[in-house]
Amino acid sequence: MNVQTQVRRAGAASTKIAIADCDIHPCVGSPRELDPYLAKRWQQEFATFGSRFRHAFSGGPQYPKGQPDAHRRDARPPSGAKGGSDLGFMREQHLIPNDVRLGILNPLSPSGQGFQNPEFSAAYCTAMNDWQKYNWAEKEPRLKASVLVPYEDGAASAAEIRRRAGDPAFVQVLLLSRSAEPLGQRRYWPIYEAAAECGLPVAVHAFGYGGTPITGGGWPSYYIEEVSGHAQCCQALLTSMVIEGIFERFPGLKVVMVEAGFAWLPPLAWRMDKHWMRLRQETPHLKRKPSECIRDHVWIATQPMEEPDRPEFLRDTFEWIGWDRLLFATDYPHWDFDDPAQAIRIKLSPEERLGLFYNNAAELYGQPLQ
Amino acid sequence: MAEPYRGCVDCDIHPSVPSIKALLPYMPDFWHDTVVQRGIKALDTISYPQNAPISGRPDWRVEGRKTASSVEDVQQQLLDAWGADYAICNPLYGVQALLNVDMGAAFAQAVNDWLVKEWLDRDERLRASIVIPMQAPDLAVEEINRCAKDPRFVQVLMLVNGEMPLGRRFYWPIYATAERHGLPVGIHAGSSYHHPVTPVGWPSYYTEDYLAQSQAFQSQLASLICEGVFTKYPALHVVLMESGFTWLPSFLWRLDKVWRGLRMEVPWVHALPSEIVRKNVRLTLQPIDAPPTAEQLNRVMDQLESDRLLLFSTDYPHWHFDGTAAMPEGLSPELARRILVDNPRATYSRLGGQA
Repeated sequence: MNVQTQVRRAGAASTKIAIADCDIHPCVGSPRELDPYLAKRWQQEFATFGSRFRHAFSGGPQYPKGQPDAHRRDARPPSGAKGGSDLGFMREQHLIPNDVRLGILNPLSPSGQGFQNPEFSAAYCTAMNDWQKYNWAEKEPRLKASVLVPYEDGAASAAEIRRRAGDPAFVQVLLLSRSAEPLGQRRYWPIYEAAAECGLPVAVHAFGYGGTPITGGGWPSYYIEEVSGHAQCCQALLTSMVIEGIFERFPGLKVVMVEAGFAWLPPLAWRMDKHWMRLRQETPHLKRKPSECIRDHVWIATQPMEEPDRPEFLRDTFEWIGWDRLLFATDYPHWDFDDPAQAIRIKLSPEERLGLFYNNAAELYGQPLQ
Repeated sequence: MAEPYRGCVDCDIHPSVPSIKALLPYMPDFWHDTVVQRGIKALDTISYPQNAPISGRPDWRVEGRKTASSVEDVQQQLLDAWGADYAICNPLYGVQALLNVDMGAAFAQAVNDWLVKEWLDRDERLRASIVIPMQAPDLAVEEINRCAKDPRFVQVLMLVNGEMPLGRRFYWPIYATAERHGLPVGIHAGSSYHHPVTPVGWPSYYTEDYLAQSQAFQSQLASLICEGVFTKYPALHVVLMESGFTWLPSFLWRLDKVWRGLRMEVPWVHALPSEIVRKNVRLTLQPIDAPPTAEQLNRVMDQLESDRLLLFSTDYPHWHFDGTAAMPEGLSPELARRILVDNPRATYSRLGGQA
C-alpha cells in the first residue's frame, strides 16, 4: 500500500498477463472540459455555487486525504495536470505496462453524483457520461464507461440508464455507496429495474456523501476511519439490497461492489443467513437464503487487496466468495493502487488466475479478450 | 447439569426490568414523581422487540411475565441447568437513549440498585455490569465510582452506538475511571438511536437493524484504536458483547493495512491494530455467525490467531441456539476450556483469577 514513486516505462513489465481493470478513475482536468456537454445554465451554476455536497467543505473532501486527491504522486502527467486526466499518460503509465485490455471507468467527485440540487446532479451526470464517451471510450477502445446516475432521484436515473442502453461505450451503471438511504430501499428501485432491463450490471463504488454519519454512533475523527469504514457501509447497503428483496424483484440484476475490499463478504453472508432464518417472519418476500442471493447476483472487485499475515487465509476468502465472482481492480491513479504483479501473495492456478484477472470481468461485461 | 459447562463463566445474560414500576422504589422523590406524573410507561427500546424471535428463546419464555424478568427463571433455566460458576448480568434498558442526561443518570442509578437488590442479593453466582448514562460522562463517572464499591460489579456497560464514536475523548473520563478500578468496559449491541443505525441511513426492517450491529462494532473498534484509547489507557480491557466475531479477522486485515498506509494521521497508535486487539479486546461467544461447516469455523478460529479472545456467553434469553448447543462443535478441549473458564477469569479480575 506504499505510495509508488518510481515511474515504470512502457513495456518494462514483461511477465504480466493481460488484465481487466475494473476500477480506473479518469479525472476531469478542468471544468471547461465539460462545457460542450453541459447547458449554459448549469455551467453558470457550477461557476457561481460550485458543487455542493452533504458536508461542509466547498473545496475538498470531508476528511482530508493522505495525499492530494488521494492520488499516487507519480500519477501526475508531465504537463502538471491532475492524475487520471490525460489519456496519453494513462496509456503510458498504466494501460500498456500492465497490459490492461479492458478498463472500466468510474469517474468520482465531482461527477454530479451526490450533489444536493437534484436537477444539477442529473444534468452534471449526463454531461460526465458524454465526457466519458467522447473524451475517453471512443478514443481508447480498451476503456469502457459507467453510466453515472443522479441516484437520489430514481426516475431521472432510470431515464439516464435507458438513454445510454445499447451504446457500446457503456458497460455498467455506477452508484456510490454513501447514499442518503440504504440502497435497497424503494426510492432506488427504478435504477435496478432499468439496469436489469438494459442488461447493465450496477456497480457500487465506495465513497460519496449521504449526509448521515459513517458510523451508527456518529462522526469519527479521522480519514483512516472513513477509508476503513467504507467496508461497513458496503456491508449495510448489501444487507439492505438483500433484505429488501431487490434480487427477488429484479432477477436479472447483477451488482458489483467496488473499492471496499472483499474479505468482509463471507462473514456478512453467514451472519445474514443465521439471523434472517430466525427473523424471517418479517420478510415473507424473501424466498432464498441471503447467501444464495449474494452468490448469484454479486461480484466483488479485489482492491484494496486483503493482506492477512498468513497468505493462505486469502485463499480461504477467495474460495468462500467463489472464484467466478472476483474481479481484479487497480484503482489507478489512487494512492492505494494494487499492482497486478504484486498484489496477490498466493499462488494461483492458471484457471484461477485467468478468471480473477480477466475472464470473470470479460463475461460480466460481455467483453471477450481481444 | 450440562457437563461441558460446569464451572464456566457466562459473560452475557440479560435480566429484564419487568416494568417501570419495579424501578420506582429505587428512584429519589423527584424522579419517582416525574415517572408517575408525566406518564413514562417504559424504556424498553426497539433494539429487542419483546416478541421478536431473537429476543427470547421459546423454552425460556414463561406465560404471564416478561422473559428473563425473574431470578427464579434464570436459576432454573440457566444457572442450575448449566452449572455455571458465574453469570454476568447486562441489563438492556433504554437508559442510554434518554436525551435528558439527568433523567438518564437517575434511571442508571435505579437500574443498578434494582439489580443489586432483586438479583445479586438473591443468587451468589450472579455478577453485573454497571449501567451508566454514557451520554454524560461526568455523571457516568460518578455512577461507576458509586457502584464499584460493590465487588459484584465486574464491568462497566456501554452500548455500541451512542452520541459519537466511542474512541472520542468525550468518553475518556469513563475509560480512565474504569481502568483505575480494574473494570473492563463491556460494549454491548444496541443503540441510543440518536443516529441512523446503519452508516448509510435508516433501514426498513428490524432484521437489518440487528445485522447492522456487527458493522457498528467494527466502526467503534476502529474508533477506540485510532483515537488512541489503548495508548492512553494501556491497562483497559474492552469486551465486545453480542457482537459476533467471525467478522474480526477480515476487519483486522483491513485496519492493519490502512494503518500501515495512513499511520501518519494517528501517530499515537504505536502498534498494529491487530496487536492492540489481541492485548486489550475480548469478544463474547454468542451469537456465532458461523460458516456452513465446522471445518470452516475452525479455520475462522485459526484466523483469529489467538486463543485468548473469546469469552463464553449464552446471551440468555436471546435465541441463538437450542438446548445446550452454545459451544461450536469440533473445538479442541484446550480451546474450549479457555473460552469457558480461563479467558473470562483472566478478563474479569473481580471474579478471582483462575477457577
